[in-house]
Amino acid sequence: MSATIADVTRRIAAGEVTAEGLVDDAFARIGTIDPHLGAFLALDERGARQTARAIDKARSANEPLGPLAGVPIALKDNLVTKDLATTAGSRILEGWLPPYDAHVVEKLRAAGAIIIGKTNLDEFGMGSSTERSAFKPTKNPWDLSLVPGGSSGGSAAAVAANLCVASLGTDTGGSIRQPASFCGVVGLKPTYGRVSRWGVIAYASSLDQVGPITKTVADAAHLLQVIAGHDPRDATSLPTAVPNFAAALEAGVDGLRIGLPREYFGEGIDPGVRAALDETIEALRANGATIVDISLPHTHLALPAYYLVAPAEASSNLARYDGVRFGKRVEGVDLLDMYKRSRGAGFGPEVKRRIMLGTYALRAGYYDAYYKRAQQVRALIKRDFDEAFTRCDVIFTPVAPTPAFAFGAKANPVDMYLADVFTLSCNLAGLPGLSVPCGFTKAGLPVGAQLLGKPLDEATLLRTGAAIERWADITETPPGVATLEPKPDQGTQPS
Amino acid sequence: MSLDDFEPVIGLEIHVQLATHAKAFSPSGIEFGAPPNSLTDPTVLGLPGALPVFNAAALQCALALGVATGSQIRARSRFSRKHYFYPDQPKGYQISQFDEPLCEHGHLDVLLGNTVKRVELQRIHLEEDAGKNMHVGSVSHVDLNRAGIPLVEVVTAPVITSADEAAEFMRSLHRLVRWLGISEADMERGHLRCDANVSVRRKGEDRLGTRTELKNINSFKFVQAAIEHEITRQVRIVDGGGRIERETRLWDANAGQSAPLRSKEEANDYRYFPDPDLPPLVVEGRVMAEVLRMLPELPVPRFQRYTQELGLAADDAKTLVGERALADYFDAALAAHPVKTSARTLANWILTELLGALNAAGVEIAASPMTPETVSALVVLVETGAISGKIGKEIFEESYRTGEAPKTIVERRGVTQISDEATLVPLIEQVIIANPKQVEGYRGGKESLFSFFVGQVMKATQGRANPVVTAELLKARLKG
Repeated sequence: MSATIADVTRRIAAGEVTAEGLVDDAFARIGTIDPHLGAFLALDERGARQTARAIDKARSANEPLGPLAGVPIALKDNLVTKDLATTAGSRILEGWLPPYDAHVVEKLRAAGAIIIGKTNLDEFGMGSSTERSAFKPTKNPWDLSLVPGGSSGGSAAAVAANLCVASLGTDTGGSIRQPASFCGVVGLKPTYGRVSRWGVIAYASSLDQVGPITKTVADAAHLLQVIAGHDPRDATSLPTAVPNFAAALEAGVDGLRIGLPREYFGEGIDPGVRAALDETIEALRANGATIVDISLPHTHLALPAYYLVAPAEASSNLARYDGVRFGKRVEGVDLLDMYKRSRGAGFGPEVKRRIMLGTYALRAGYYDAYYKRAQQVRALIKRDFDEAFTRCDVIFTPVAPTPAFAFGAKANPVDMYLADVFTLSCNLAGLPGLSVPCGFTKAGLPVGAQLLGKPLDEATLLRTGAAIERWADITETPPGVATLEPKPDQGTQPS
Repeated sequence: MSLDDFEPVIGLEIHVQLATHAKAFSPSGIEFGAPPNSLTDPTVLGLPGALPVFNAAALQCALALGVATGSQIRARSRFSRKHYFYPDQPKGYQISQFDEPLCEHGHLDVLLGNTVKRVELQRIHLEEDAGKNMHVGSVSHVDLNRAGIPLVEVVTAPVITSADEAAEFMRSLHRLVRWLGISEADMERGHLRCDANVSVRRKGEDRLGTRTELKNINSFKFVQAAIEHEITRQVRIVDGGGRIERETRLWDANAGQSAPLRSKEEANDYRYFPDPDLPPLVVEGRVMAEVLRMLPELPVPRFQRYTQELGLAADDAKTLVGERALADYFDAALAAHPVKTSARTLANWILTELLGALNAAGVEIAASPMTPETVSALVVLVETGAISGKIGKEIFEESYRTGEAPKTIVERRGVTQISDEATLVPLIEQVIIANPKQVEGYRGGKESLFSFFVGQVMKATQGRANPVVTAELLKARLKG
């Protein structure tokens, strides 16, 4: 499973491997590794085999194969999958079998992808470490004592640990980019509206976006190509043509103007992270990019604005979990009691915290002071970026102030919120953002660089990211996972 | 206590179900009486991940009502979420419009007797309906077939001053939405549902009294009865020195009284905010142009045209505008008619003969077996004297029954009126020769005998002789 999408599709087309063989390998590896890693919440071995056989049959009959034919892919468990349990990492959805597929899942299936299972996440996407999953923690493949980041921690860990070839995550305030950075893989949050949200379990509707988590930038381009495009079932989906994302991948950075926002390079950045970023900036310059000093003056307002908008929308989006039609119901003496008991038992503490924050912000007479004000701040943040993009083509920042941290290190909710400080603006402004591995700390933990682009300009992010990736050259098996791999000479399973 | 010392102040909020094929925000169909929960989809069910997309057909309907009520139309309005928990509300919120409704400051003209009262409308906004809870013993069932059906909510200013007026407003709105074709407006099926805000104050006082909200008054009769009852109840309390509680009351039609549902303290905080799943609702110029192009002449202007331009009696005009299909029928007959001055005659034939026949057969005007052109052709035959009015009624009856053209029936039956002198003069001559005594009597001053001669001519022609021509010829002949 260390193969990329390009490898797999080529080898299947050439008949060097069968899709079913790949599925066998994937489940064998998951069976060995995942009990210790905790990336998956549900596996669909039967469905995966069925798809694989169909693809092998199509290949032997020389029928045309889709662009992801035979590629084992994992999905964050807030993407709705028909007849495959979908929990959003919450007890409140335990046992729910969706009657439909998310738009991105339809797209993947149509492209021949093999969906192998659903990955762990912070409950409803609310968290930055995957510790807030109601079911279990996921460990970082580089060091099993550290978190994989979040909320798409399961998707990032599964790709990094080679349990699948690629995965999809969702990103509301950094939930694709930060775990990608912590796990040394590539994560792309597309422009808001680029990918349909139909079938994406909503956390904050005006911020949520689905995107790829992959081993290479080329794979991210490939996967985005499949899932992007207008969907009439999502009124916020953009009716814009989708360019060929692979076309400019090899163009390099010569002549690109790369902006460094000074607000993102202040105090509080881990020295190891800082050093890796500095090296990358030097490499960009050496390869012909022009480095531009820019300012995004409203950056300090992103965190407070985000923690009004996201909880407000979440408090509304989560109102449908009432025990009436699906998911968990705890009977009570009357209707109100049933609501209280079901929601009380079904939601975890972080979800309750955000529902309360959001309910408070939306109460009668306070809308103007909170939600509306936060929306005005969003407009200011967006204007900062518009201004900045008159002076540069792409913006370069850290993804997170630190590399992966230890379990329990951010027990205080506000400390956890601060871990997202560099990734929130991108969602508030609706811009595309890419996290690409750019080096290591002294302790050997991966560091990600964040690239932010103009609306709908994922292509420039991918082009810049591909250049960074070529120098960083992260190809080794993460050492944490390596300890879990079967040792042929001993023949024993790790404990 | 005297009711006359008090003045009621009433405002109505009326929900109207729009006649679209699909729901307001998803593709499920709309059908009355379908098996429970068969008209649902992920969006209607409020399933995780499902999203709303606005059905533009509902916008067309709301715009037609907005234009017909002279409302200001907001070029850019928006949908908001209104939150409350209830099992018939699958998402935990209703998609509605709050601070930026589609229509504001309109009015609806209501015919009270033969006068017109203008009732101001505060707003008309779009929203989705909820499902229905059904309680069977100790178990409750939820049917979401109705959930997501598009509604408009019409909110009047507090300017209605009696239960009669309120009921008449509801009737006028009912007629208007049917007239515009934007709602089936079937009262039995709850297509129009009314809530009323009622307060009373002593006459001469400016300040409004504390209001109560009456819910669940879904027929013209209940609107009238519930408001009447509430006015009396409030007057009795105020007159007895008591205070009106600000509360919501539920009308129980069977008991003929209302009971408190919830107090102001128990009211929900709906936590309105713009729905982030839906972009602003933009009314494009071409959509507005299409709505204006399709807009029919409205009932009150048409009533005024009928009475003032065509000279119809007010009662006849009111009956004609009672239903758009009937008014359209009349206009079509009038358009086919060569003589514009005979609108009254035409209206008479339609209102007496045609409606009589339709009512007897239990047929709607829209399904009339006789076209407006046929009625017009028949009236032309009578007006030109080709047939008598009496024969005309017989021809009408046959044409209605068989669908045959009046002219064909007249020709086949040979009942054309005889008006030419060449035919009538010899007949009159025969009558005079055969009745010498009566001629003598008439000439001797017994003028009442004249009708005897007319009758004899009619008898000889089986009633086909033109009575006017016959009378003239007879008079001339008897003189000599």
